[in-house]
Amino acid sequence: MNFQKTLKASLLGVSLAVIAATGASAKNLVYCSEGSPEGFDAALYTAGTTFDASSKPIYNRLVEFKRGTTEVLPGLAESWEVSEDGLEYTFKLRQGVKFHTTSFFTPTREFNADDVLFTFERQLKKDHPWHEYTAGTAWEYFEGMSMPDLIKEIVKVDDYTVKFVLNRPEAPMIANLAMDFASIVSAEYAAQLEAAGTKDQLNQQPVGTGPFTFVGYQKDAVIRYAANADYWGGKQPVDNLIFAITPDAAVRLQKLKAGECHIMPYPAPADITDIQSDDTLTLMEQQGLNVGYLAYNTKQAPFDKPEVRKALNHAINKQAILDAVFQGSGQAAKNPIPPTMWSYNDAVEDDDYNPELAKEMLEAAGVKDLSMKIWAMPVQRPYNPNARRMAEVIQADYANIGVNVEIVSYEWGEYLSRSKDENRDGAVLLGWTGDNGDPDNFLAVLLGCDGVGGSNRAQWCNEEFDALIMKAKTVTSKEERTKLYEEAQVVFKEQAPWATIAHSVVFMPMSSKVTGYIMDPLGGHWFDGVDIAE
Amino acid sequence: MFRFLLGRLGLLIPTFFGVTLVAFSFIRMLPGDPAELLAGERGISDERRAQVLSQLGFDKPLWHQYLDYIAGIFQGDLGTSFVSKKPVLDEFLTLFPATAELALCAIIIAVCLGIPAGIFAAVKRGSIADQAIMGTALVGYSMPIFWWGLLLIILFSGTLGWTPVSGRISLMFFFPQVTGFMLIDSLLSGEKGAFLSAVRHLILPSIVLATIPMAVIARQTRSAMLEVLGEDYVRTARAKGLPPRAVVGLHALRNALIPVVTTIGLQVGVLLAGAILTETIFSWPGIGKWLVDSISRRDYFVVQGGLLLIAGIIMMVNLIVDVLYGLINPRIRHN
Repeated sequence: MNFQKTLKASLLGVSLAVIAATGASAKNLVYCSEGSPEGFDAALYTAGTTFDASSKPIYNRLVEFKRGTTEVLPGLAESWEVSEDGLEYTFKLRQGVKFHTTSFFTPTREFNADDVLFTFERQLKKDHPWHEYTAGTAWEYFEGMSMPDLIKEIVKVDDYTVKFVLNRPEAPMIANLAMDFASIVSAEYAAQLEAAGTKDQLNQQPVGTGPFTFVGYQKDAVIRYAANADYWGGKQPVDNLIFAITPDAAVRLQKLKAGECHIMPYPAPADITDIQSDDTLTLMEQQGLNVGYLAYNTKQAPFDKPEVRKALNHAINKQAILDAVFQGSGQAAKNPIPPTMWSYNDAVEDDDYNPELAKEMLEAAGVKDLSMKIWAMPVQRPYNPNARRMAEVIQADYANIGVNVEIVSYEWGEYLSRSKDENRDGAVLLGWTGDNGDPDNFLAVLLGCDGVGGSNRAQWCNEEFDALIMKAKTVTSKEERTKLYEEAQVVFKEQAPWATIAHSVVFMPMSSKVTGYIMDPLGGHWFDGVDIAE
Repeated sequence: MFRFLLGRLGLLIPTFFGVTLVAFSFIRMLPGDPAELLAGERGISDERRAQVLSQLGFDKPLWHQYLDYIAGIFQGDLGTSFVSKKPVLDEFLTLFPATAELALCAIIIAVCLGIPAGIFAAVKRGSIADQAIMGTALVGYSMPIFWWGLLLIILFSGTLGWTPVSGRISLMFFFPQVTGFMLIDSLLSGEKGAFLSAVRHLILPSIVLATIPMAVIARQTRSAMLEVLGEDYVRTARAKGLPPRAVVGLHALRNALIPVVTTIGLQVGVLLAGAILTETIFSWPGIGKWLVDSISRRDYFVVQGGLLLIAGIIMMVNLIVDVLYGLINPRIRHN
């Protein structure tokens, strides 16, 4: 065993030495990432940090998001057709696409329909030899996007044509296929691993068709990639991409300033002014595709009355929250979807901050001496950088209208689990970051009747709202869908199952030498097309 | 001596089982289950949750899980992380050399500066130098490590540009890990400048990690020296006309070292268990951060396996200290 390991290490050493030798004058793009990837098979995970290191540099999907937007473009599929009943999606695959050649795999064939079938069937079919290929395999995203219920079968029409047959029409299907869990894996590589009895390696030594080839990962320290010379989208301007894992935000900034890396994510809000005043750095910013909210339990009195929820919404001073919690890097939310998302209804009027009106409304609703709980998340999220602080501001606001608030919190796993309970006591602070840029991904997941007792933390099931979003799922015309979602947002505002709090702004500091970097509204970090000026 | 050693080894067996029980129950007593945490805000259906927990073996009765854990240990299998999907032992062995390298450098700095400072303070008892050294030690002991580390980075890496900000070696160097100790591997790689780069990366984290042990060792050395310097045999040595250097260096120090060795041993144990703050600030890929991350993700196998391995290392260090103590102080081994 030890001898084998030593041999492997030596062989790896030889290949690394070759790369190092050729890399003397190479152009290296260094990204100071915020954490370690959990693994490299993106379909197994849900964390953005893992996707940044796996699906984005290494893999492609059938369709891709146009960089900087949520518009879907052809990827490994050159084109697609949707049947009239919306139940069949036929993809024409791109020809001449090569999988990466690495020290551990040399492909003998190009990408074809078998790879597409392998990618999805391992997640879909419980009896597939790869369905439980490693400890605790859970296809979280695939399951979370209801793919097992949605996909009836996937048919290989010929080597370069694949057909997805659905059980029911699902308008967001194409956008779903641009997500990280849909990254296309090599069936040939999987077969090689299976024959060698080392299936686990699929998650440790990835092979894809993407712009960068995986070279090596030193746990919790460095991930190395080399530009894929055979990339179907053209060769990258840099030779190597390196992730220097740097968990602390202040240290990431010091590394950026010292020239030890070129790009860093998630700066501390307190450092923004410092970065803006530094001539050697560029600060990019973008509205995050997210929303932070306070979800009432609409199944419990007195929060079952829309007028009570409206009254409480009028009592919240969002500007104070933006100042205290977001420190300027946020925007007040009036709709459950962010303004950058298509179908955002700007005509909706927000419940303005008006404590007097709130008091009157509560009195009119017959609510006196109200005491309630507000749940504050124990973790930091882009949509809520400090839930405790946010809860304290709301507590003070509610105190002004005579509502007594007790702030409670639980360990994160417990928080997620208990907040789903339909009999939950109190209003919950939570939020959501979009997966695919489709309004369905917010409105249906977070507010649909199917989500009650699950991701619908307001436990809110409104027939009118639900009919609108269910209809929007089945309609393929974007215009028609937009109308339906706009209407749904009006119903939402009238019914007020949440107090919509804020959408955050995401900052991305980088060396001013970096060119070609485009921020992703979905929060991912992409490095194809990025260059460093000499 | 043999019986002494046997007695100490015998004590390790109940300690081992105690540790397994604590490690096993500790992580399970914490609220929150791994399936929920894996799914995050997205949520997981009850059916799916049960399926994932069953795959991981968490649907079995606790006693059954514990016996599986013990049986695994005897077969050298500490389980597989359900986050990274890698064997716990492999992950530990990858990360531990980084922790050990940093801990050893830190302890060398702490001993080389702490003991002389303590001796000097004791010899010059009551002087300004004594007060300055003890004052500094107190400051060092009470220093918030995160703040201290960041301060050094901003000064030495940011403003002066003398040392790198973080990491173990410059990203320019890329060679396979043979021993996992960067100082050794950089030499083995034969790449020009690699060793120097590794040394430069070690300076700041070692200083930060050495700060508290150095303060503890200095204070311990001073009080032990003061006690010994008042003993009759030291007075006799002085009366014999021995030069002060010989009295302090030969007669007093050897006896004063007995409690200091224990302190050093304990400090080595603590440092080898990983230094979460230092590792986080300096992006040092060690076991401290690994373990804390695993606790927050409820990665049961990593926590119970990692704690056991760390406890094993601390037990070994304690055993070595006990043996050393016995060698230095005959009274211990004869009792």
